[in-house]
Amino acid sequence: MKLTDRKKVVVKKEMSLIEKLYLPAITGGMVITLKHLFKKPATVRYPEVKREIADIYRGQHVLKRDDQGAERCTACGLCAVACPAEAITMTAAERKKGEEHLYREEKYAAVYEINMLRCIFCGLCEEACPKEAIFLTDRIVPVSTNREDMIYGKDKLVENMEDRFDVSSRQTPEVLKFKEDKTKGHNQTWVDKQNLRKDRKKH
Amino acid sequence: MIVFIIYKAVLVLIVFLISLGVAAYSTYGERKVAAFMQDRVGPDRAGPFGMLQPLADGLKMFMKEEIIPSVSNKFLFVLGPSLAMLTALMTGVVIPWGSSITIGNYTFPLQITDINIGVLYVFSVVSFGVYGIMIGGWASNNKYSLLGALRASSQMISYEIAMGLAIVALVMKTGSLSFSEIVAQQGGTWINFIYQPLGCLIFIICAFAETNRTPFDLPECETELVGGYHTEYSSMKLGFYLFAEYVNMFISSAVIMSLYFGGYNLPFQNLIASHVDGNILALLQFLFFFAKVLFGIFFFMWIRWTIPRFRYDQLMNLGWKILIPLSIFNILATGVLMYALGKV
Repeated sequence: MKLTDRKKVVVKKEMSLIEKLYLPAITGGMVITLKHLFKKPATVRYPEVKREIADIYRGQHVLKRDDQGAERCTACGLCAVACPAEAITMTAAERKKGEEHLYREEKYAAVYEINMLRCIFCGLCEEACPKEAIFLTDRIVPVSTNREDMIYGKDKLVENMEDRFDVSSRQTPEVLKFKEDKTKGHNQTWVDKQNLRKDRKKH
Repeated sequence: MIVFIIYKAVLVLIVFLISLGVAAYSTYGERKVAAFMQDRVGPDRAGPFGMLQPLADGLKMFMKEEIIPSVSNKFLFVLGPSLAMLTALMTGVVIPWGSSITIGNYTFPLQITDINIGVLYVFSVVSFGVYGIMIGGWASNNKYSLLGALRASSQMISYEIAMGLAIVALVMKTGSLSFSEIVAQQGGTWINFIYQPLGCLIFIICAFAETNRTPFDLPECETELVGGYHTEYSSMKLGFYLFAEYVNMFISSAVIMSLYFGGYNLPFQNLIASHVDGNILALLQFLFFFAKVLFGIFFFMWIRWTIPRFRYDQLMNLGWKILIPLSIFNILATGVLMYALGKV
């Protein structure tokens, strides 16, 4: 079967005198290296210049909060189960009264840790998450000189309300359309639910 | 007398500092040339354009832990790199860096010492340099070091013969072994390269072998011998070996330029000399010579980043079966030509 037309018949022939001299070949090589001397380097000077990355680049994770600032994660553990590198661990806790503005549902992750040395940035955690709580962002995980620093807890993972992450580029148009439907429980914040309950009592 | 001593001391100091400075910046140049030839940018973090990189490298070498293997011969272990550095720096004294500077009633030639066997002196000192490598490799008490040292010594001895024979043909033409004489002969006329193209080529090839540069860097062949003769070396003793290579490169480039490419002589020198002062002329000559030598160093690097290294049997074949017969033929051809042209 012929796959390409790049086939080349190799003949091991005696070298001619010119070839045996090596000098023409060496000069040819030197011309090539001299040409490269004046070519534009391919180097990207990293910390100052950042290479262009894809819209769906998978970098450091973020644990999302909802619009009221409550953590979306309910410590269901599906991300940890989905993780092929076993990088995610968590401890669940029950929400106390008065913490409704902090945690979106009755259960939350008291401890949530991702070992960035184990993580392979495959994105299966965000795919597994039913609560839209974990997403990968375009941030590059900074290096560290010890292993302890590379285990990221909630202090580094949970998003800051002053500086939120737009993750809409990581979601399909169907999902984005579904999220606009506020009658679905998934899209209601705790405040929305309270208002709905009040409305229901009135009727 | 006092003036003479001060002048010699100053000149020695200047040549010493220039050799070290050029060697230091050759390491930077080497990395930059390598980078540009591979479409990279090379060191650019330390200072503007990475200009302070040699200082950082030197500091690093000094700060590293100094390890002397317990099974080594300590005296010889320290002697090795010292010898390599010493011999590398010693050859600079016979090279004429320019004609002469006149201050008051005194005339100062820009050459530390003009011995009438300058070429032989360079040879003897350069061949002495192999002891640095041999002693270092032997004293390390390590098989890779020893193999590297063996390779280095046999390679240097093989290529020295061809180099010497190439010089014989040159000396037949110039009739002198003194560097200043050979360089002065090339002023205002054709350079020796025109008369001795084959000899020049052989000399350059042998110079590459003598300085252990690619394609003849088998003594430190990383793929086979870990690090070659300096496997066991660390800290500044390693630095001395690496540094000696660059000093050697600088000096051999200067020797090639002096012997075959006109040394410090400017093009249209007589015309320029009639227009400018003697001191300025000497300065111009020095600058021109320096530029030539820097190009020579660049040429060494250019070759290094173009061709891979030889296999050891190929190296020996090239040395004994090709270069030596060729250089003997060169002597013969030179003699016949000189006889035919009635120069003898």
